[in-house]
This record gives sequence, structure tokens and C-alpha cells, in this order.
Amino acid sequence: MKVKVISRSTDEFTRERSQDLQRVFRNFDPSLRSQEKAVEYVRALNAAKLDKIFARPFIGAMDGHRDSIKCMAKNPNHLKAIFSGSDDGDIRLWDIASRRTVCQFPGHQGAVQGLTVSTDGSILVSCGSDCTVRLWNVSDAHLADSDYLSDNSAKPQAVYVWKNAFRAVDHQWDGDLFATAGAQVDIWNHNRSQPVNTFDWGADTTISIRFNPGEPNILATSANDRSITLYDLRMSSPARKVIMRTKTNSIAWNPMEPMNFTAANEDCNCYSYDARKLEEAKCVHKDHVSAVMDIDFSPTGREFVTGSYDRTVRIFQYNGGHSREIYHTKRMQRVFCVKYSCDASYVISGSDDTNLRLWKAKASEQLGVVLPRERKKHEYLEAVKNRYKHLPEVKRIVRHRHLPRPVYKAANLRRTMIEAERRKEQRRKAHSAPGSMVTEPVRKRRIIKEVE
Amino acid sequence: MGAKKEKNDDEMDEKVKKYLRGEAANLEGLKDKKLKGQLAVREDLYGKSAKTAAKIEKWLLPSEGGYLEAEGIEKTWRIKQESIAREVDILSSRNQYDIVLPELGPYTLDFTSNGRYMAAAGRKGHLAIVDMKTLNLIKEIQVRETVRDVAYLHNELFFAAAQKKYTYIYNRDGTELHCLKEHGPVLRLQFLKNHFLLASINKFGQLRYQDVTMGEMIGNFRTGLGRTDVMQVNPFNGVVALGHSSGTVTMWKPTTSVPLVKMLCHPGPVSSLAFHPNGHLMATSGRENKIKIWDLRKFEVIQTLPCHAKTLNFSQKGLLAAGTGSFIQILADFSGSQNYSSYMTHSMAKGYQVGKVLFRPYEDILGIGHSMGWSSILIPGSGEPNFDSWVANPFETSKQRQEKEVHSLLDKLPPETIMLDPTKVGTVRAPQKKEKPVKKEIETEMEAAIETAKDTKFKKKTKGRSKPSKIAKKRREMIDRAKRPFLEQQTQEHETSRKKQKTNPETEMPKSLQRFVRQKAT
Repeated sequence: MKVKVISRSTDEFTRERSQDLQRVFRNFDPSLRSQEKAVEYVRALNAAKLDKIFARPFIGAMDGHRDSIKCMAKNPNHLKAIFSGSDDGDIRLWDIASRRTVCQFPGHQGAVQGLTVSTDGSILVSCGSDCTVRLWNVSDAHLADSDYLSDNSAKPQAVYVWKNAFRAVDHQWDGDLFATAGAQVDIWNHNRSQPVNTFDWGADTTISIRFNPGEPNILATSANDRSITLYDLRMSSPARKVIMRTKTNSIAWNPMEPMNFTAANEDCNCYSYDARKLEEAKCVHKDHVSAVMDIDFSPTGREFVTGSYDRTVRIFQYNGGHSREIYHTKRMQRVFCVKYSCDASYVISGSDDTNLRLWKAKASEQLGVVLPRERKKHEYLEAVKNRYKHLPEVKRIVRHRHLPRPVYKAANLRRTMIEAERRKEQRRKAHSAPGSMVTEPVRKRRIIKEVE
Repeated sequence: MGAKKEKNDDEMDEKVKKYLRGEAANLEGLKDKKLKGQLAVREDLYGKSAKTAAKIEKWLLPSEGGYLEAEGIEKTWRIKQESIAREVDILSSRNQYDIVLPELGPYTLDFTSNGRYMAAAGRKGHLAIVDMKTLNLIKEIQVRETVRDVAYLHNELFFAAAQKKYTYIYNRDGTELHCLKEHGPVLRLQFLKNHFLLASINKFGQLRYQDVTMGEMIGNFRTGLGRTDVMQVNPFNGVVALGHSSGTVTMWKPTTSVPLVKMLCHPGPVSSLAFHPNGHLMATSGRENKIKIWDLRKFEVIQTLPCHAKTLNFSQKGLLAAGTGSFIQILADFSGSQNYSSYMTHSMAKGYQVGKVLFRPYEDILGIGHSMGWSSILIPGSGEPNFDSWVANPFETSKQRQEKEVHSLLDKLPPETIMLDPTKVGTVRAPQKKEKPVKKEIETEMEAAIETAKDTKFKKKTKGRSKPSKIAKKRREMIDRAKRPFLEQQTQEHETSRKKQKTNPETEMPKSLQRFVRQKAT
């Protein structure tokens, strides 16, 4: 007879010396564990609750401006720095870590309408309603020369005066051209005091402008005549134009998929478009209750942040319909500009109450150095929460956000109005000949026409 | 070469199946394209992770299971424990022993989930805790009253003893921690590990569930089927099964006061009950000398064995131990086809009456509690050779035990998660179609409405306003009002049926009169 019995020797299964780690043996057989799904569900519930407990997104406010902040610019070479320009002509460079002003750039006589930094981080371009474009030298060497006192001011490298007030400015990603938006779209070179090229298509002022991160010669602008226009610098005439029902306040290109851009519209929605196919929006992002003023994409290309006139900042997913997160404070008034930090961890919002606010992109994230075991645990909890987030108890906790009362009421009102519209539409369709009434998808409904 | 490769592939497929945990979801019916895409990606990931788990098995699992193979004309059930002891190593042969304690009554046993500690309770009041690795007696106490059952709680520090009047919870040092008075005189105790629930059945047939973390009584049910001392927990889904003297087996969960399942298993009283760790098989034995193996998914008998069993127990690997008198039989299904046949037998000395058989987890050992003490015999191939340190660790240090306690408390399941099919958590309930009420149902509804209308009390008014004729009139009005919606429904139905009859007169009219049929406006 052949017989063998399980016999475990203690040395194989316990540690040799007390400085060793304890031995761990794994067997992933599902028959050893019972009720796995219920255990995972309990863990998901606890993870959702813990998430809410640790959700403290507001880090701090940067105080210093004396008027509302209209525009911000990120320096692509410096994580800690951000430029902001306000309505009294004050431009400041902030150090995000200490939340203080490093340097001031006085000079503009009126409101600063647009700020942008060149890709190598050496030149800051600002434009304002006093019809001037100022170029400032913000390279490291230059800033290091001057003192680090907060009242320090710098002199502009160049001041170019032109015909009309400017509304926005953006720098080319790979070159030394920058474009300003105002009564017409002007293309400038750093060294020339007059624009190299001018595009004038449409009867109304252009209010925002953005260069494509992938293709350096393509730029998108939005104008007061409710249109979004795409220009190509290599062709002397504008490329394509789409007219919507309401004005677009700001545009942002997706840095990971440069053919897609998202437009922040006056009708409380954001519309994501594929630049090659402008007849239909790819996705409509609905959640704000008032006009969306500014939009910026995360460097991962998976999320974007929007700031709106309804005093909230929301973070959306690039392909999602509703916002993942909403940030609001009693003291934050109308949000006019938002920026996603270059390491995708922070969101900076500039608002009407003269403060820049720093928020975490993921509200319950632990900042600082995270140990590998902690990181794994966080990833596991995130994954198990996502697996069960459709179940009612978990969903209730994950979705719950406190909204300020005006936003809550406005959202309810919008919902009833939209529901009423939809119901009427359905009844009209039900009572008309089949096929005579065609419902357009929302993605198409807000577009009037596309023009070549 | 090709055949060997095929065999390896088959083995891999089986292993992968084990880790897949069921069938892939059918995504054909989904209309939401985005959701379909996301789910397809996830299903792909599950397949990959199952394949990886199957591949690394051969490195992660250090030990192989035990086995007993007979050579030649020898049969495995004739092999005695002494011959096994001669073949195995010294450490294993130490695990065969008989502890004789004749004065203190029939003994019952319980093991901790990692198989390291054993609690033995003699009927006449002897409680003992033994460390099975070193075979040390950790503590023994004499409570000097009847002890009917003993059960370990979540780790070796706490155990519950069902004594004469009440149940007591003791520490490892023998200190009495709690006296559970609400349970009454308990016959059997069972501990539900994932939920931290102590289930008990007492002399009056009352089933009680108590949460041992907070001391809350979760459920208290009168089974209504009399006194019984056959109780087992199904480890797969946490359902408690009771075997009654009428031959029925009822299954209970703590949130409903009626049993989930009531099945008639035997013509006479059920003498014992055991669950297979995979949750699909149940073995029951009755006084008519039969053991029945049931499939719990279909509630059908798979096999009937002509064997008497006063006590039954399944091992981790699916071996079934049946004990009766002083004879123990071990049954095994060799091909995995759930066809149980005799594997080993063991006869003890004549006077020993087997009270309880219990397989030790993660070891090839069977513990036997009998009227003269307790014994332990070797059953090769009954235990799971590879344990998972995070599930149950026989070599646990005290620090690991403390950590495990905290983690298991964090993962404590609420009592609502106990259900017959635990894989249903997180699934979508199929939409229930609302059926049209049948005529009889409508009639009963109408009668019920009339009854309630008849029962309305009318206020007694003064000054001659509450004359009997007026009250009678009011009552008639109430009844008519109650009847009205049903009569309206009936007339509507009549009209629609008449309309339907009217719409095809062509089929009824003879051919010569067809031209007089009213044409529908086109």
C-alpha cells in the first residue's frame, strides 16, 4: 500500500530568525473562501464611507489681488508656479507650495484679459483691454537675479500697442508664434511689434483662443456670434466653423487626443467635439446650472475641470456626461478661470472674489509620499468600490455631494423644465404621423450649422 | 508527446475553470454600447487573471495532498490504522491516539478554523482546550453541570459552552466572560464565522442568533417542529439547517421567521446532517439506516447509501465520515462524480459509543468524540494541504492573530447577506412582469372591498338624525361605492370583447351575404 499523510514541519512554515519577516503562504482557491461577493460588498461600502470621511479637497486660498481674477497661465517647465492676471492690470507669479506671490508684473493700464507662457518657459505674454500686448522675461535665470520680496516688480521685455482691445492670447506649442483674439485674430512673433498675420472671418469679436497641442499650426477660437472656428496657420484663410445656439466661453484641447476639443458653453453645458467632424458633438457634459466660464484638461487627458458662473468648480471625465466632483465654498464667487496643475493632482480656480484657490483633484487623496503598501491598499479600495458602485447603498454614498442651496434649487428647476420639454416633445411625436417628427440627439441639437 | 500535451491542457482548463468562478456574462442582449464595451474589457481581464492564477499554482502551492492507494487485491477499507502508522513518519503517527476519560461522559469536540486548537467538552462538565500542534493541554475546567455542546468563536481565545440552564462564553484561560441567559437550555451551538453570529437551538425548539461582537440578539424564532439536536451551518452560504424528528430538514436565515427551505428527507427522525464545503452537497442520515446525499441546487437525492450514521462530517476535500456505535466509515468520491463509496473504516473498542466525528482542518486527521473520551485517527487525503495565511494560518503568531481579528471585524458581514445563493449579491433582479389579475382574484378583491365597506362605523348623531333607515341607506351607498370600480372594469371588458366579436363578421357571414357586410373606412 502507498500512503502519504500531510505533515508540515514547523521550520518550513515559520521564520528562522526574529529579524526575518513572517512567512506568508497563499492559496487563491475560491473554495477556501466563502461568500466572497458579500465580503467585497462590505468592503466597498466601507471604502465609500472612508472616502467621504477623508474628502477634504480645499487646500488653501492665495490672497493678494485687489480685483477679480480673469485669467491664469501655467508654466510648462515649473510645477509650482502659476501666473494670474486681474481686472486692475495686476499680474502675479505665485508659488503654489507656499501660496505666496513670488513676483509682480505691473504695467497694464486696464484689465488683463489673457495670459500665456511660451513652451520653453522663458516668455510670459499678457494682453489687456488697453490694446497692448506685453512680453515679460520669466526664465529662471532672470527671476533668480531679482529679489524674492513679494513687492518686487519686473519690467516688461517688450510692449506692443495695436488697434483694438484684446480678449485672449495663446502661445503656439512648438514654435515662437502667439495669437491674440479681439476684434480679429492676430498672429504675432516675439520679435515683431506688429502681427505677422491677421484672420478676420465673422462679424463679431473673438473671445477665446487655443492652439492645438499636437498640431502646432492649428488653433481654435470662439466668437460672440456663437461660433467656434478652426484656423490653420499654413493656409491663409480659416478652415472650418460651427455655429451653435449659444456662445462658447472657452475651449480646451485634449492633450492626449489632440483631435478632440471641449467647448465651455453659455448654456451650462460643455460640448466635446472631434475637430475632423464638427457636425455632431461627441459628448455633451451636463451638470452646471449657469454659464461655464473656463475649462482646462488634465495632462492625462482623462478628465477636465470647469469653472462656472454659478460659483462652482466641477471635474468631469473626458467621455462622461455628468461631473465626477463638485467644489464650492461660501466665499468663492463667480469662477472665471480654472487650471489643472501639470502633475494632475491639483486644480486652481480664480474667481470674482480676488482669490486664487487651490484644490485637490482627487478629494480624498493622501498627499505626500505614499508607501507602496498604502498605495496598493488605496488602489484595491478604489477598485472594489468601482465594482459595486451601481448597488443602491454604495451608490448613495458615492454620489452624495453637498450642494449650496441656490445651485440645488437651480438644478431642480432646470430638471423640471427639461423634463417638461421632453414630455411635450414625446406627446407631439406620439400624436403625429409616425416618421414625420424626428428627435435629434442632444449632441446635434445645439448646433445650428457647420460652415466650411 | 501530443497526448501528454493534451492532458496538460485539460488540467489547465480545469484549474482555470476553478478560478473563473462561474460562467462569463452574456453581453449579447445589451443595447448600451458603452456599457457593453466596458463589460467586455472586464470579462477579458477576469479570464486573464484566472489563467495566471492557474499557471502560478505550481509555484505557490508547496505541498501536495495525502493519499492512500491499495496495491494488488488489497482494498482500502480493510487497511487498519496500525498499518498506516507503520508507513508514515513519526510526527504523523503521533496524531493517532485515544484519550480515555471514562468518568466524565460522552465527549464532543470543536476545532478552530485553522485546526490548531481543539475544545473538548465532556457531558458531565469537563471542558478542555488542547493545542494540537504540541498536544499540550492549555486549560481544563470542571463546571460541574451538564455541558451539551461546545463551539469556538472566531479564534482560540473564546469558546462557548452550552451548559445545563444557560450558555456561557469562556476565555482561553478558563475565565467565564459572559452568561447568555436569553438562549435558555441549549442543545446545539454553531458559530457563523463571517457574520460573527452564534446560533443556538434549545430544548423548546427555539432557534436564536446572537451577534457576539455587540451582544445583540438578531433573531429569535420558534421552529414549531419540536425539540431537535441536529443543527449544522452550511459554510458556503451561512444558512443554518435543522433536522427534525418528523424527518424534515429546515433551513433558516436570521432575518426571516419562516424557514427558507423545508424538505422531507427521511421517513423517520433525522439523526444527523453534514454539509460539503462547496455548499452544494448535503448528507443526511435517518433512523432507517440510510444516508442520503442531496444536491442543494436542485434539492434532489443524488445517492442513497445503506449505512447507519449517528454523526456525519465532511472534510475539506469532500470525504464523508459516518460514525455509529463504535464503528466509523469514511466514504469518498474518487472520480469527482459525487458517487460516494467506501474508502476507509475504523472500529474502536467495543464499549466506545461514537458521539461526534469531526475532521481537523488542513490536516489528514479525524477527531472522534466518544463516550470514553476522544480519539484521533489518520485519514490520508482528507485535509487541504495548502493553506492561505490570510484565511487560516495554523502557524499563527499572536500578533498575526490580533491583526486577523481586526481585519475580520472590519469585514464582518451584516446578517442580511445570508441567502441560499450567495453569488446573487450585486446581481440585477429580473424585472417582474405584472400579470393581469385572473377573474377569481378580481372577485376576491371585490369581496374584500365590500367587507371593508360593510365594516365602516357610522357616527351616532343626535336630535333624531341617526335614524336606522338613514344609517342603512348610508351603508348601502358605501357598498355601492366600493363595488363601483370593479363593475366599471367589468363593463369595459364586456365592451371590448363585444367590439372584438363585431370586428370579424366576414368570417361568420355566409358567402351570399358578404356583400352586405359593413366595410371599414380605408
